[in-house]
Amino acid sequence: MKALRICISLTTCVVCAFLIACGGGSSSSTNPIAPVTTNVAAISVDGGPLGDYPDAAFASVTVCVPGTSNCQTVDGVLVDTGSFGLRILSSALTTVSLTQQTDTSGNPVAECFVFLDSYTWGPVQTADVEIAGEKASSTPIQVLSDTDFIAPSSCTSSGFGSADTLETLGANGILGVGLAAQDCGNPCPASFDQYYGCPSSTGCQPIEQPLTQQVVNPVALFAKDNNGVIVELPAVSSGGESSVSGSLVFGIGTQSNNGLGSATVYTAPEGSLTTTYNGTAYPESFIDSGSNGYFFLDSALTGLTNCGNSSDAPGFYCPGSTTSFTATNQGSGAASGAVKFSIANAETLFASQNNFALGDLGGVSSNAPPYFFDWGLPFFFGQNVFVAIEGASTPGGTGPYWAY
Amino acid sequence: MSQQRFIKSTLAAGAAPVFVPVLVVVVVLALAASSVLPAWASLGGDTASIQADQLHMQGSLTSKASITTAQSYTVHEIQAATGTVVREYLSPEGKVFAVAWHGPRMPDLRQLLGGYFESYQTAVQARSGVRMARKPIMIDQPGLVVQIGGHLRAFSGKAYVPDALPSNVRAEDIQ
Repeated sequence: MKALRICISLTTCVVCAFLIACGGGSSSSTNPIAPVTTNVAAISVDGGPLGDYPDAAFASVTVCVPGTSNCQTVDGVLVDTGSFGLRILSSALTTVSLTQQTDTSGNPVAECFVFLDSYTWGPVQTADVEIAGEKASSTPIQVLSDTDFIAPSSCTSSGFGSADTLETLGANGILGVGLAAQDCGNPCPASFDQYYGCPSSTGCQPIEQPLTQQVVNPVALFAKDNNGVIVELPAVSSGGESSVSGSLVFGIGTQSNNGLGSATVYTAPEGSLTTTYNGTAYPESFIDSGSNGYFFLDSALTGLTNCGNSSDAPGFYCPGSTTSFTATNQGSGAASGAVKFSIANAETLFASQNNFALGDLGGVSSNAPPYFFDWGLPFFFGQNVFVAIEGASTPGGTGPYWAY
Repeated sequence: MSQQRFIKSTLAAGAAPVFVPVLVVVVVLALAASSVLPAWASLGGDTASIQADQLHMQGSLTSKASITTAQSYTVHEIQAATGTVVREYLSPEGKVFAVAWHGPRMPDLRQLLGGYFESYQTAVQARSGVRMARKPIMIDQPGLVVQIGGHLRAFSGKAYVPDALPSNVRAEDIQ
């Protein structure tokens, strides 16, 4: 079953690459999308492995036992510019056994990584990670499993559910290619309850984790094209499309196909930018391909009707008619730019069950301060978005920044 | 455990249409690392529960909490060892009716929500809707409101019991 799925995906990718090379498919997009090549991986917004995940981009990633040709390609890996590091379901790793990382006491290392609505748990293992023609050697990744080791209560204290199965993650993994390299900090103290040493499957205890041992954005470990990525997706027609194909380009200004061009740089030293809407500035806003909609403000501030709590789309907006908005983004520097977007009725969008590329999908970010804009995947449709890694040198300056 | 208290008065700066005298009390608690206090619930708990939270989040020898007394409630602010700031809102009757946080790490909500944790956990883990959704969290139940947002390394959130809000406190005041 798994092998069949991979074959289907590869076939799809080959077809996509062909279409892009032949002129960009059926979309009305005006942004250039780089053909697949050594620094370009195909991505698709197609509902994912379970066919239930709208506005999420997926890629194929190959992981190998370090220094060997013992590899497995995993498809359906979520491309997430809001996190850092590669995480793959244990259940998706069917033909390789990666190298378990150990701590200074020789105990296996496991990680608890808390996202905004869930957490991932499982052992830290080392792999050579290959995407397109790029390779990150001996890369710590997280292998997601609730059963290899048992998450201690300090990991589950957020109350969130784990996202360590296909059903809960909706993907076979997460490729975190965001603004940072390592997924914690230098070092990661034991008090953060993020990394654990596990003398037994039920005895995991928090440990301090040095920078070089942390799960890391694989792009930062590439031999070249390692200063960031570009997510390139075509525009989507209103009402949505069943799927769209695009590219994940590695490197910024390192090749002829990844120059900044006329893109505006939005520096983000704290991982956020300021979005101004209707005269009010919201300084804790951000761009995140791993959020599957435009999440911003609330019903009172937008005038948009909420979808009902018992509807098919709780938490999303369900306006009576598609509504247009203009906001302004500004990074920590002077550059700013207007963003125009529209929000359609999420229940109506979801009713077209085979449509997974939804350009006008949005929802509430909070119903009381602090308000913020979460520019999720719809923001990426029709414009190439650059993500420069913290401390990395690029023609647009040193990361972290977004540019588009 | 020894305590030292420093008390000074000041005036509220700003936003309120009526100037409300605000008493700021800074409490410095020197806590023995080995001290063990009962892990009382905070939301719905009393002042002692706030100290238990502080101990739980610090795990270090010395900590500082500032207590701001406004007209109808007090705000206790805890700077956790992780860098996350937690504010606990105490009613005139001495019950915590709201908690809010912001910072690089999620706080221990099992500790902060106490008896409300289980119903929160059930709600936050419930899969709703027909499609996978990755988005900010909003739980709006008659007995409990929880809102969690932000991005990695900058979490923010709040939880409160609507029926327990003092009459002149709005949800917007909790942050």
